[in-house]
Amino acid sequence: MALPSYTETRYRIWHYFYISICAFVFFFLIAPLFVIFPLSFNAEEFLVFSEGMKNLDPDAFSLRWYKDMIYGTKNPWGLAAKNSFIIAIFATIGSIILGTLAALGLSSRHMPYKGIIMATLISPMIVPLIISGVAIFFFMAKVGLAATHTGIVLAHIILGTPFVVITVTATLSGFDHSVTRAAASLGSNPVNTFMKITLPLILPGVISGGLFAFVTSFDEVVVVLFLAGLENTTIPVQMWTGLREQLSPTILAVATCLIILSTLILVTAELLRRRSERLRGINR
Amino acid sequence: MSSETKQILTTDGIPLEVSLKKAEKKNKIKAFLLVAPLLLFLVITYVLPIGEMFSRSIDDKMITNMLPKTFKEMETWDGKELPPEEVFAGFYYDYKALVEKQEHGKLGQRLNKEKNGFNSTTKRLFRNIKRKKIDESISIKEQMIKVHPNWNKVEYWQAIKRTAPPYTLAKYLKGMDMYYAPDGSVAQVDEDRRIHRILWLRTLEIAFFVTLFCFLMGYPIAHLLATLPMKYSNLLMICVLLPFWTSLLVRTASWMILLQQQGIVNDFFVMIGLVADDSRPEMMYNKVGTYVAMTQILLPFMVLPLYSVMKTISPSLMRAGKSLGGTPFVAFWKVYFPLTIPGIGAGCLLVFILAIGYYITPALVGGASGTLISNQIAFHMKQTLDWSFASAMGLMLLSGVLVIYWIYNKLVGVDNIKLG
Repeated sequence: MALPSYTETRYRIWHYFYISICAFVFFFLIAPLFVIFPLSFNAEEFLVFSEGMKNLDPDAFSLRWYKDMIYGTKNPWGLAAKNSFIIAIFATIGSIILGTLAALGLSSRHMPYKGIIMATLISPMIVPLIISGVAIFFFMAKVGLAATHTGIVLAHIILGTPFVVITVTATLSGFDHSVTRAAASLGSNPVNTFMKITLPLILPGVISGGLFAFVTSFDEVVVVLFLAGLENTTIPVQMWTGLREQLSPTILAVATCLIILSTLILVTAELLRRRSERLRGINR
Repeated sequence: MSSETKQILTTDGIPLEVSLKKAEKKNKIKAFLLVAPLLLFLVITYVLPIGEMFSRSIDDKMITNMLPKTFKEMETWDGKELPPEEVFAGFYYDYKALVEKQEHGKLGQRLNKEKNGFNSTTKRLFRNIKRKKIDESISIKEQMIKVHPNWNKVEYWQAIKRTAPPYTLAKYLKGMDMYYAPDGSVAQVDEDRRIHRILWLRTLEIAFFVTLFCFLMGYPIAHLLATLPMKYSNLLMICVLLPFWTSLLVRTASWMILLQQQGIVNDFFVMIGLVADDSRPEMMYNKVGTYVAMTQILLPFMVLPLYSVMKTISPSLMRAGKSLGGTPFVAFWKVYFPLTIPGIGAGCLLVFILAIGYYITPALVGGASGTLISNQIAFHMKQTLDWSFASAMGLMLLSGVLVIYWIYNKLVGVDNIKLG
């Protein structure tokens, strides 16, 4: 953002002020994530930068807490990671199936009561999690699914579908319906048309919705706290317990792994978004 | 269709209008069937349970079911003087039935909440029934009064009558620091015990200021992202999206490290000489921590809608404003800013909705003075196990959120929520 040479001094000053505000906000957004990295390699037990770390002394760094995370005797992270992945994967599959079907219906111009139905389907994203947690807990307790993987998966499908519905409806908004009619006129049945024509075209939207559903489930703690027993503990629940009781560097090792995971997801989501925009012919 | 014009018929002789309507109906059903599985699933597992929260929050059937005869006799009692013999008898037989089922203790405790001293009053009646000291062939009223003088006081009978309706709004009143006074009117609790009102106000206050901070910080960077050339803005966009995709607990953890007393923020303050090393301020476990952490966590939800609106504003509009003689500030204020109002509305409403129900971050960094209404709901769900009160508070919060959601839907439309 170079300024033209004729800019008056006061606007020049204002411009640099504006740029420095922006720089501060970007720093505020991203810096907290980078505090975790170095501290997770701390050789000591305290969550502050030791003198050795400040002088970049190699002895002050170690993989101690990563070893503890993986091999630690009493550490619940193995079980928690297994549960988290199982629950998130099934919740994602469920959300994708239910959400994509609903989005297809909602994008049809024949859909009756579109507004109110859309508002209902999106509501789990808007309603405070604590209320969703209480309501889902009452339901799962009644049908005997509290403290089971199934119960948590169902709860996460509830929370995950709004994201799939939103992203897939957005993809479908630029969808040219004449291609499905062309397929039908060439003798394809609806299921075949969907699998061969519609699905490949909306796939970026479906996958990015799925990523949202995955992250929602993988990161969700409020509802799981209501539903989970000891056997169903997940990574966020363990982190929550750890953060409440005592901040140990092992948590930072886990957090570092989670940041790496979210970076991977971010890259995937961005690539998908650009591909989807290219497909829909939006060139910005 | 007028009678002169001929009806258009399809090849099989059905009027076109009818045929089209039929096709339309078929399409409607098809579209609905696609939505039906998710809708049904949500209604059963989500919408109805929220309804159940409502019935739980107003439910007060326990005593209604325990004292059926008493309440039947009480229908004709005006509630001003001591009730007649029939009411006493009704209560006696109800209570005797409860003693046989061993449920009299629950009744005593529940009535004691309504009027102090009930527990001991009913216990004495219980002992007399156990020892079969009550002669059912003579006046029960006189015998009960002999057992305990409290039965001779009209307030006690009024207290029983108050518990008659199967539904009560008492939990909602409690959520607003009010209660039913003995005469049935609504009264305020003592000033020093009004904890819930403080929490409601604090929740609103924190949600409002977090929204304001997010707006003040989000607007400049959304503007920068929207006006920079793509190759720079894509890079900077990562700064917004990476926190957005990162686990909430990870972000909260990093704030706990930064804000602790020996943390980096305090180190920095000491370094630049803002505070002395021995008087480092407490920045966590209070409102400051909640504000800072929640603002950073919710900022992407403000930036993304603002960015998507600003992206559509042509830069030539600002140039036109300036070429017509406006200073850059005037051009911004009169041309650019009004065009971004939809984005501001969307971002602010979204952040406010999310902030008002926040739970995890305030619970971890908020301490006692930074907790919100959600934390109170969780407390009653998990610690006191007063689920009907938790439900009532939850629904009060929900009704507030739904109003904002409704406004959001009117202004922005739920299908326009931008996700990254």
